[in-house]
Amino acid sequence: MSGPSTYNPSTGIEKWLDDRLPIIRLGYDSFVDFPTPRNLNYWWTFGGILAVFLMIQIVSGIVLAMHYVAHEDYAFESVQRITRDVPFGWLIQSMHANGASFFFVAVYLHMFRGLYYGSYKAPREVLWILGVVIYLLMMATGFMGYVLPWGQMSYWGAMVITNLIGALPFIGDALREWLWGGFSVGQSTLNRFFSLHYLLPFVIAAVVGLHIWALHVPGNGNPVGLETRKGKDNKKDTLPFHPYYTVKDGFAIIVYLMVFAVFVFFLPTVLGHADNYIEADPLVTPAHIVPEWYYLPFYAILRAITFDIGPIDAKLGGVLAMFGAIGILFVLPWLDTSKVRSMRYRPLTRWFFIFFVVAALGLGWCGAVNPDDFVLGITGFKFLYLGQFLTFYYFAYFIIVLPVMGIIEKPKERPASIEAAVLGSDKA
Amino acid sequence: MKMTRIFAAAIAALGFAGTAAAFEGEQYPPKEHHWHHDGPFGTYDRQSVQRGYQIYQEVCASCHSMDLMRFRNLAQRGGPFEEEAFPNPNDNPVVMQIAGSYTRVWDQDEVNDDGDPIERAGLPSDAFPAPFANVQMARASNGGAYPPDLSLIVKARTGGENYLYSLLTGYYDEPEDSHLAPGMYYNPYFAGGAIAMAPPLAEGIIEYADGTEASVEQMAEDVTTFLSWAGDPHMETRKQMGVMVLLYLLIFAILVYLAYRQVWANVKH
Repeated sequence: MSGPSTYNPSTGIEKWLDDRLPIIRLGYDSFVDFPTPRNLNYWWTFGGILAVFLMIQIVSGIVLAMHYVAHEDYAFESVQRITRDVPFGWLIQSMHANGASFFFVAVYLHMFRGLYYGSYKAPREVLWILGVVIYLLMMATGFMGYVLPWGQMSYWGAMVITNLIGALPFIGDALREWLWGGFSVGQSTLNRFFSLHYLLPFVIAAVVGLHIWALHVPGNGNPVGLETRKGKDNKKDTLPFHPYYTVKDGFAIIVYLMVFAVFVFFLPTVLGHADNYIEADPLVTPAHIVPEWYYLPFYAILRAITFDIGPIDAKLGGVLAMFGAIGILFVLPWLDTSKVRSMRYRPLTRWFFIFFVVAALGLGWCGAVNPDDFVLGITGFKFLYLGQFLTFYYFAYFIIVLPVMGIIEKPKERPASIEAAVLGSDKA
Repeated sequence: MKMTRIFAAAIAALGFAGTAAAFEGEQYPPKEHHWHHDGPFGTYDRQSVQRGYQIYQEVCASCHSMDLMRFRNLAQRGGPFEEEAFPNPNDNPVVMQIAGSYTRVWDQDEVNDDGDPIERAGLPSDAFPAPFANVQMARASNGGAYPPDLSLIVKARTGGENYLYSLLTGYYDEPEDSHLAPGMYYNPYFAGGAIAMAPPLAEGIIEYADGTEASVEQMAEDVTTFLSWAGDPHMETRKQMGVMVLLYLLIFAILVYLAYRQVWANVKH
């Protein structure tokens, strides 16, 4: 924790417990008196929102698992039975399925915040890397969860994604069979995916614990990207987490839950795919296999590599590019050479970053459509080419733009402190 | 779509592939139709669901199963034969009568003391009987095409109700260049334009119990409403609860926002 503990056990039982297990002290120092920069905007509320959604997913998931049957003959029907016959099953199932999407919306906004305000830079590299680990675990959990209802898209999505493993040289086929537990996606695959889908959220919760620990050592970043000052000036830059940020986060969480409720109650199926209301059939391939929306940018990157690169064939190249697109986030803290955290003071890089966000959204669009279709109906301009261009930009942003900009860009003048930044904006 | 591929596979299997010129017609977007259950406050038109069940029972059920449906569902909250006097749908006389009108072996595991399957009248807790014992029998009786289960058909098709309504009312005279294979019908709302299902609805095939005139459009609307209810039987409860949840969250949000303003009132930030 940053700064000495200010917890004063006031009752006898608190004193007794504090000498044996200072858990109240930990909670107090972490979530009550924790000094938090006073200039955090609403982009900083997504951490709290994500914690809420992790809990929603775990609690609703535990109830669903009480009624779900992980068997290739019964899985599809059991999910339908949950929505029809289990009391409030329609609500719990809708919360869980839509909750996954809202979890990913929040995590993407949280990552956007981190990228824009440079939250990954020293001394927060480990905090950032733990976040990327959580994101990877979420991807794995979400993917396996989507397989469980055993609809057509569940089955064929699982088929496409697990087949990617087969592209690895030498060990690919063996690894894929090991993952399947057989020679195709089938009963053993469903069973182990169910087991892992139940396990991984608790692993996520544990890494979230580390993530919060790593956050509480240097403390929060903030929109101007300056560290809070130490010593007696610390109070001028910060506010205690409670009540200032509990109430602000609380408000944001409720607003986000309202949007969530609109989907859960009024649009429960729009984020899904019609084909997933058809039971999995290994003999009938859907015309157009698409993953869940939150994987679409990476799906587009996978499909963008249609050419061999030296000894690497197109398929392996696509797989490497797809995993590389996430893997590169692990080394991001060392690719960005600029000492300036916030994009507010980086006039050139800011524009490159905004285009990076456009590229990521564009890749999502490319992932959702047939790569041979034409963009906006322009003959010859295939989505494939757009996807390839955007994939190039995605990687160029990390490998070229960030390292070079840190050297050539002249940042804008920054305020002397958070206090000065706050007063400055107050005067204006 | 699934059906075309199944059909294509069936054609190939039957050796027609060489003779039947592939017909790829333009697929029309579904017709825009207004539904009573559209929108955040929309409810099912109860009479329409009842009539739709009559259509399903008398027309569709001869080829299409509804495996996820139980007779009791017809009388549960929001169902077409719901009656306040019978909160337990298994006691509902309409549903008991419907279920009792079927006599058959319902469950191979239900055996008498000699170990033979019991033939008995249906109960409200029984599933809608399927027209065919298995997929092979269904295909054999339908020229190789498999009539899909209708329990979730509205959710399982892009376009939902409008798609289904368009399909049921979309049997037009075939264009001259279509060269449909034998046993196929022209329907431009179906992917590929050639469907193995004969036009299921025609003027005068049914006499509605409630005296409504049974035009093709009316029947299509009713059966679609019924299938929509069958795929999403808790829709009305869901929407009602949604309104209350949103109101609750709105009031909560206003209170927390006011608290936020209060807490931050004297703080520079």
